[in-house]
Amino acid sequence: MSEVVKLVELTKVYDLGEQRVQALRGVSFAVASGEFLAIMGASGSGKSTCMYILGCLDTPTSGQYLLENVSVGNLSRNQLAEIRNSKLGFVFQGFNLLPRTTALENVELPLIYARVSAGERKKRALEALNRVGLADRAGHLTNQLSGGQQQRVAIARSLANRPAMILADEPTGNLDTKTSAEIMDIFSELNGQGITIIMVTHEPDMAAYARRVITFRDGLVLSDERNPAPQQGN
Amino acid sequence: MEILQSLKIALRALKANKMRSFLTMLGIIIGIGAVIVMIAIGSGASQMIADQIASIGSNIIMVIPGSTTSGGARTGFHSAPTLTWDDVKAIRNECPSVALVAPTARGAAQVVYGNMNWSTLVQGITPEFLQIREWNLVAGRGLTEADVEGARKDCLLGMTVAETLFGSEDPVGKVVRIKKVPFTVVGVLERKGQSPRGDDQDDAVFLPLTTAQRKIIGTQFPNTVGAMLIQAVSEDRLQQAEQEVSSLLDQRHRIGPTKERDYSVRNLSEILAVSQQSAQVMSLLLGAVASISLLVGGIGIMNIMLVSVTERTREIGIRMAIGAKQRNILLQFLTEAVLMTLFGGIIGMLMGVVGATVVSRLVGWPTLIASQAIVISFLFSGGVGIFFGFYPARKAAGLNPIDALRYE
Ligand SMILES: Nc1ncnc2c1ncn2[C@@H]1O[C@H](COP(=O)(O)OP(=O)(O)O)[C@@H](O)[C@H]1O
Ligand SMILES: [Mg+2]
Repeated sequence: MSEVVKLVELTKVYDLGEQRVQALRGVSFAVASGEFLAIMGASGSGKSTCMYILGCLDTPTSGQYLLENVSVGNLSRNQLAEIRNSKLGFVFQGFNLLPRTTALENVELPLIYARVSAGERKKRALEALNRVGLADRAGHLTNQLSGGQQQRVAIARSLANRPAMILADEPTGNLDTKTSAEIMDIFSELNGQGITIIMVTHEPDMAAYARRVITFRDGLVLSDERNPAPQQGN
Repeated sequence: MEILQSLKIALRALKANKMRSFLTMLGIIIGIGAVIVMIAIGSGASQMIADQIASIGSNIIMVIPGSTTSGGARTGFHSAPTLTWDDVKAIRNECPSVALVAPTARGAAQVVYGNMNWSTLVQGITPEFLQIREWNLVAGRGLTEADVEGARKDCLLGMTVAETLFGSEDPVGKVVRIKKVPFTVVGVLERKGQSPRGDDQDDAVFLPLTTAQRKIIGTQFPNTVGAMLIQAVSEDRLQQAEQEVSSLLDQRHRIGPTKERDYSVRNLSEILAVSQQSAQVMSLLLGAVASISLLVGGIGIMNIMLVSVTERTREIGIRMAIGAKQRNILLQFLTEAVLMTLFGGIIGMLMGVVGATVVSRLVGWPTLIASQAIVISFLFSGGVGIFFGFYPARKAAGLNPIDALRYE
């Protein structure tokens, strides 16, 4: 299987003027296409920082990030925007949907920026909503939906442009156990369809769905283990 | 398509803050409205003056009897009869820059036709008068040299007098009585409108100068005339004509260190040109003052757009996270600003047109709304949106995706 992601000695320093926070101190790992990877670790260990870099939302202080064998460090802002739009889907802990906007419109958003025609856009957005089981809520405003439903809209949005990889930073952090399981089932299913998934969580129950678990500590990779029997979705 | 999306987003954003959007637009509404009203008033005024200049005739100087200082040229139009027929002849013969000389005399009298009567200005003229004033007839003929020499009892009616006395009847050939003297109406003059002094030029009756002096106005001094209208041969010889006339009259009247001038010379075109210039300056000034309110309105737009960008930093972050390019964000906020100013501009334009009409009704000033003013104000309001919206939009587009996402 080909490598989708390769991190080489990645470091990230937040310079707060008088104070410098070393969030990543040299992180290296590779992710193969089709993997389901969970990143765990204590709060403040650098998981989110790493995810933002993986998601091309932030840039590393040093080290290299190869996405599909292309060094992301050399790309322009526009090129990064294109990668975020077409190659990656990002799912946040806080959903990050647009308020006063319908579920469908939220899912259409990445397609608008990809300049997909209106008809095709609607078709693909509905298809994505269908994949997360929310086709019947397409016309609802996002603030009329429950937390679990909002997160499913966010997943549908990340799927809209048919990305090769989905990045999720504590996607179940704001949800109850039952809803969390539903979300994890969706991720399992998507992974089963061949989409690479990297997910941050600090709940072992959620990490149990992944086939591989990397643990961070103080900005370094502490362990990298295979899960021989990942929990399967229903 | 991208513009369409930006429009949709912008409309939604404006609707989400209706009151705020309206108050922000108010600045532009007032600005554009004020510009339209002011320009309408200004160009109305200078148009009015331009019309008056045209109604006076071109290249004209006026020689008025009586001394400037003692008589007061403003009040005594004919203070003392110091100009004579000989002066007229001398000017005609000896001033090469002068094309035409039209001596006149003025008085007031009752004109009676049937059971109608009307108090009006009676002006004695020679054939040159209508030529200089470029005043055409709508019926009949003008006054001739023979009318003047023979002191015939023929007259011309101004349009106001003709309409008042005759209504729809044709006045030509009818007999009117002026100070009980019967006169035959030989012609009716076309409408001239208001004079620069504001009186109705059509409210007058014109008689041969000789007849007017002998029968109507009367003068104790035979052989004198009232004010003279003098036309120069061309516009660039107007000054020269003025000089020739005054040096000739100085010489003839023996004006010197011991004798003060007993006439005055006025260049009408010049006076009007000056007042037109001041009307144009006024219109420019008014426009400038009004543009300041537009500027203030623009600053209001910029201010609210900056607030909007700050408020929606997270939204910007989300959009960037899912692939919006800087260009997309820039366009989105620029569209919002331009939409506000264009809305404001259109409303302001309508208010300006209404305001200008109201002003012209109320104050009686003419106003002139040029279609260009409307097009320009439309473009201008769009321009204000782009100019004042650009900085906030660029600020939005320049945000770092991750910083925008983390913004609380
Ligand atoms: N924007 C930031 N500015 C300064 N320090 C930050 C910022 N984001 C994270 N950090 C610091 O970097 C470290 C790693 O943070 P983070 O990656 O969010 O950890 P995790 O997601 O594992 O909890 C923490 O010490 C945190 O305080
Ligand atoms: Mg985190």
